[in-house]
Amino acid sequence: MPHHQFPPAGWYGHRVAELRTERETLDHIRDVGVRALTLDDDVVSMSHGAGGKASSALIDAVFIEAFGQPHPDELTDAAVLELPGFRAVEAPTRIAYTTDSYVVNPLRFPGASIGDLAVNGTVNDLAVTGAQPLALSSAFIIEEGFSIAELRSHVQDMRAAADRAGVRIVTGDTKVVPKGAADQVFINTSGIGVIPADRVLGARQVAVGDAVILSGPIAAHGMAVMIARGNLDITADISSDSAPVNGWVEAMYAAVDSADIRWMRDATRGGLATVTNELAQDTGLGILLDDEAIPVAPEVRGACEMLGIDPLYVANEGCFVAVVADAATDAAVEALRTAGADQAVCIGRVTDELQALVATRNAFGGTRLVDMPSSDLLPRIC
Amino acid sequence: MKYVDEYRDPQAARDLIEQIHRLSDSMDRHFKFMEVCGGHTHTIYRHGLERLMPEQVEFVHGPGCPVCVIPRGRVDDAIWLAHQPGVIFTTFGDMMRVPGTKKQSLLGGGADGTDTRFVYSPLDAVKIARDNPESTVVFFAIGFETTAPATAAAITVADRLGLTNFFVFCNHVLINPPVAAILSVANVQLDALIGPGHVATVVGSRHFDFVPRDFHIPIVMTGFEPLDILASVTMLLRQYSEGRCEVENQYARVVRPEGNAEALRLLSDVFTVKSTFEWRGLGSIPDSGYAIAEKYQRFDAELHFDVPGIVVPDHPACQCGLVLTGQLKPWECKVFGTGCTPQNPIGTCMVSPEGACAAYYNFGRLP
Repeated sequence: MPHHQFPPAGWYGHRVAELRTERETLDHIRDVGVRALTLDDDVVSMSHGAGGKASSALIDAVFIEAFGQPHPDELTDAAVLELPGFRAVEAPTRIAYTTDSYVVNPLRFPGASIGDLAVNGTVNDLAVTGAQPLALSSAFIIEEGFSIAELRSHVQDMRAAADRAGVRIVTGDTKVVPKGAADQVFINTSGIGVIPADRVLGARQVAVGDAVILSGPIAAHGMAVMIARGNLDITADISSDSAPVNGWVEAMYAAVDSADIRWMRDATRGGLATVTNELAQDTGLGILLDDEAIPVAPEVRGACEMLGIDPLYVANEGCFVAVVADAATDAAVEALRTAGADQAVCIGRVTDELQALVATRNAFGGTRLVDMPSSDLLPRIC
Repeated sequence: MKYVDEYRDPQAARDLIEQIHRLSDSMDRHFKFMEVCGGHTHTIYRHGLERLMPEQVEFVHGPGCPVCVIPRGRVDDAIWLAHQPGVIFTTFGDMMRVPGTKKQSLLGGGADGTDTRFVYSPLDAVKIARDNPESTVVFFAIGFETTAPATAAAITVADRLGLTNFFVFCNHVLINPPVAAILSVANVQLDALIGPGHVATVVGSRHFDFVPRDFHIPIVMTGFEPLDILASVTMLLRQYSEGRCEVENQYARVVRPEGNAEALRLLSDVFTVKSTFEWRGLGSIPDSGYAIAEKYQRFDAELHFDVPGIVVPDHPACQCGLVLTGQLKPWECKVFGTGCTPQNPIGTCMVSPEGACAAYYNFGRLP
């Protein structure tokens, strides 16, 4: 047996005399974590658009730096604006206002197209602010040479999605750029909606013991797109979950006391893990999820297992998380199911046992941390 | 889901956990079990298994994360290859985010003018080469005996197709030399190995006879589901309680004593063993890497391109070697979680989700 010189001198540093305890290290990481994220890149990379820590760093260092820090409750899916009431007699009206750009490749994949996404995404950003969507704008950036028949098909998808969500597309803009200056077509939509006076959502409303409700199965959209890109040589019967959630939100408000609905967010880019982490960070409280309760379609789970991807981090386009008062849990879930979100389910609780962290517990009692994703999802080697 | 749910059955898991507690309670001693594979480390943390173990049973996270062990100099070489004109650079997804010396990675995604694509199988890279005859396709091959046969198969297919635009940057490694190296260190006291199930599928469980023979500790070939690991821990404890020390096979649904004959034939046909290979965090280990054999040399990227090949030492603050040999817990490292994070890794244990520190950072960090 060859006796290996190990470790080679000078490669490992030295074992420090005073080792930190696990607790001390975790406290130290938390203290460092609350400091502002720093942006130390010179160029924008794909991870700056993936919705994780790199995106937050870019937004903080570039956009908030220039536009100013919004109110803590404002940096959500839509801004909330107050319009003064008529002659100061009426109460002011609260308007939700949001915008989103849609760039997806391929433009059409099982279950949705860029047109569906452009409407549903913006409608959902309004709905989870508690707003009833009123109207959308649509702006197109089209690459020279793009097929008009294909453009028409995406616009028709937008119309169908708007009809389904009960909103109108009322204004728009079209720009054509030279071949190569854009990839086929990019769509931006903005939307406005009215927030009924009795709806107050936000991190400050959330209390320990509240229930975390998920409107339906996760991870289908992201996996459908990844497979449709075709560079993985995998086929699976997976369709995007792209859908408007505003009808479900309304059904929930109709069934429970408005004050019992505390917080909502749609679980798009970055998936359920990102949304629940935002909840934990905004409230400073812990979120304990029940792993077995989180619905994932078998074929989606199969594809995720095969590629080594955690479904909690995969994007959704018709799925939202609501925090409701414990006593309203059953009524809220029932209302969602009756309204068509038939796999809506309570997936966990808000707890004070963890500080600003998300964890899941599995059926045999093992717990694990669910961290913010740091960059794009990539399949693992084994 | 078939073949997954069976291995996550809650009742079966609870029964095994109870057996583990009973067995360890019956013996008055501490156990350090090293899981050799990064895949096992990932499962242990992802399913919270560490916290379900009795105090006497400790997991030590071994060297078997193929992404983690690639030294920084080789990553720099890969990035250099990706930047050569006309090159389509291909590799496994999780290799793409590993930073080189200047913090750049293969994730540039066109922003840096490169064309880097992730593939699920080396054969996909061959297909890209066939479909893009005007480009030069380089496959960044990494992994143990697990993925090496797939690279070997890709090379033979490229040979049959007569491709002249397909090259392999070979970084395949062997499992036994690093395991033997770790077990030879005097201050590393391991009580058993949770054996690398995927590698064993190729090389066979017999390949690990040296562990009980030369190092006098048991090893159990183990699958990658939570129940597999719990069953394996039970088998190791039972060996101790019955006074046995041998190679056992928990992963019998895929692992055979003799391994996979076709894969082994491909390995010996396409590769030769290099006299030495540098491992990130472990240093140079003799006879631990594969090189492309002479008859397939025309596919060797290191012969076709003038690869810089500069050796870059690990970061001075890095204590990965101590973590990899179980002498330090991830959180005991000075830079863990602050200077060294999955987003900005300093050391090998943090670079892939299968590395010990990344797995603990991602899943284990609970008060």
